[in-house]
Amino acid sequence: MSGFFRRLAGIPWRSIAGDAFSRALLVAQAYCAVHVVDQHLCSLAFVRGPSMLPAINLAGDVLAVDRVSARLGRVENGDVVLMISPEDPRKVVAKRVLGMEGDSVTYLVDPGNSDASKTVVVPQGHVWVQGDNIYASKDSRQFGAVPYGLITGKIFCRVSSVIFFAS
Amino acid sequence: MGTYNLLWSIAKRNVTTVLLGITISDRCVNIISVTGESMHPTFTAADRVLQGDFVLAERRCLEKYEFSHGDVILFKCPSNHKELFVKRLIALPGEWVQLPGSPKVTKIPEGHCWVEGDNAARSLDSRSFGPIPLGLVQGRVTHIIWPPSKIGQVERKMPEGRISQI
Repeated sequence: MSGFFRRLAGIPWRSIAGDAFSRALLVAQAYCAVHVVDQHLCSLAFVRGPSMLPAINLAGDVLAVDRVSARLGRVENGDVVLMISPEDPRKVVAKRVLGMEGDSVTYLVDPGNSDASKTVVVPQGHVWVQGDNIYASKDSRQFGAVPYGLITGKIFCRVSSVIFFAS
Repeated sequence: MGTYNLLWSIAKRNVTTVLLGITISDRCVNIISVTGESMHPTFTAADRVLQGDFVLAERRCLEKYEFSHGDVILFKCPSNHKELFVKRLIALPGEWVQLPGSPKVTKIPEGHCWVEGDNAARSLDSRSFGPIPLGLVQGRVTHIIWPPSKIGQVERKMPEGRISQI
């Protein structure tokens, strides 16, 4: 019995605790670094759906997202952006910016059925977004101009096609 | 050689602290100074950052976007994404809100909410810019931590008879 306690006392608890703590700290540092890079610098996003055909595949593409430009306000007409959907804050959607604040945007109200078009002026602090595939996209034509604050990143590269090319 | 190592270890520790600070303020809790008079008397009316109340804004609510009536929330201004506003959440998606002093009733669209300041006379809120998308919300204000006379939890309060569920 006393042999067991003697062996227990012989284990170097302090150095084990020290090792465990430094390993845990390393894991926490790695997690923080990944989080900061992913949310504030550059990230990868898997985007799928028909609304951005032919730019983005129906089955999905891995895209590189630049978070810095969106935060600095450097988004312009023609950029494809990742934004929080105004209809469901848990969803992130990819659309193309077609009008910045103050721009006058003309769009087809019902492209499959009629030629009628409408013109709106984009309010201050808002952007007009549309999917490239206007026949299958829910965008500013349905929910109006969206506040710039919903944009989370600007898409600048398609990573999945680079991978296929390389192999 | 000894000086170089010291500088390197100081630099490493600072970068770690900065990364840890950014992660905590993005994921858990953030400390904000509230200025302006739109939330009087809940928060002191103040012009400058150092004169305002310092509050704790929790970010865990952004994982599910589940808010309750009367929560005080922090959100990006819809007409200027660089400004942050602090107002009280009055109505959630699908509810009807009556603008005070007019018979008009507005339905809050899906994914949007209606916010108003406690000091109705001096508040720029949904009565001017309409319902805001929930995606603009950046946190929920839970406690005041400075000045010491106001330390405590921020209560949930709702004005009477403004909203209807149906």
